[in-house]
Amino acid sequence: MTELTTPLAVRTVPPGVSVIEIGGEITRESDQALQDAYERAAQGTRTIILAFEGLEYMNSSGIGLLVTLLVRAKRNHQRILACGLSDHYHKIFELTRLDEVISIYATEDAAIAAAA
Amino acid sequence: MSQTPEPRDAAGWAPPVQTLSVADGHINVSGRRPTAPIHGFGKMWQKTYRISLRDIAVSPREVITLWKEHFPEFWPAKSKFFAPLAGIAPGEVAALDLGMPGGMKLSTGVLVLFADDESFTLMTPQGHMFAGWITFSSFVEDGDTQAQAQVLMRASDPLYELGMIFGGHRQEDKHWVHTLSSLAARLGADDEVIIKTVCVDKRREWSRVSNVWQNAGIRSALYMLGAPVRALHRSSRPEA
Repeated sequence: MTELTTPLAVRTVPPGVSVIEIGGEITRESDQALQDAYERAAQGTRTIILAFEGLEYMNSSGIGLLVTLLVRAKRNHQRILACGLSDHYHKIFELTRLDEVISIYATEDAAIAAAA
Repeated sequence: MSQTPEPRDAAGWAPPVQTLSVADGHINVSGRRPTAPIHGFGKMWQKTYRISLRDIAVSPREVITLWKEHFPEFWPAKSKFFAPLAGIAPGEVAALDLGMPGGMKLSTGVLVLFADDESFTLMTPQGHMFAGWITFSSFVEDGDTQAQAQVLMRASDPLYELGMIFGGHRQEDKHWVHTLSSLAARLGADDEVIIKTVCVDKRREWSRVSNVWQNAGIRSALYMLGAPVRALHRSSRPEA
């Protein structure tokens, strides 16, 4: 693999829901970036939406990072929702059975509506 | 779900699978669902075992190619990994016999969840000692190629959790230290394996207590104890 990048943008949308926009690649190297994004997103919210529209590559180390993020959120009594998964990444969520613990929505609007 | 072209990781992932199957009738594998760390009972651990292949001219791709092709050879003698015929490739299932104290063996298996040129991941089925996955990878850090095994797991049920506390973790450490040392030795390196253990979640998932019904250790022991009865039954059958 060449240079790895994980651009992660964090924003807050009404009604007090944080959205982490996940772009680029999620791999072993994304650990710190994902942790930092979670810290920013977690302030004062009970629901965090992971928006995967910009995801270009994810290996098994990357999905491991999502598991640890999920555990941290659960420990802090926060809910994690996901949206914007392509068919491919939706299948990976099913394969790894993450879909059993993370509610998946087709769009960000649908995820926000569910969070409200 | 949005429709986008297949990303370049597509070939690395196993196809969707509900339950595992192995052809040779190995117990505790066929019909079992693969499990993620979230499906276990015990505390969640991330254990990282790493060895530096310093001063060895080998690329991460070469390390992973060697590791995949000779995976069972690097294991401790007491445990056996029955590699799939197609090798370590996404979606393949391997059977395992793990050496346990008292001469017992624990029969289980793994699904190859992900495999590419620089890493591969094995996912455990229901009944395995732990729910989770093990990722084997190689990369360059500070100019040296590294080989790494990283386990993200929860003990599957209360019995395994007790077992992990009373020697299981130590046994697992020995297993992967042996594996990494053997791999490094094959490449001509002899550095020490560095272990980093992080407790990701101290809580136990009491809703998973019933996983004990799938416990491959208990089922393997019962299967071994039943061997004389099965042999007697076979010998008393009239020949066709």
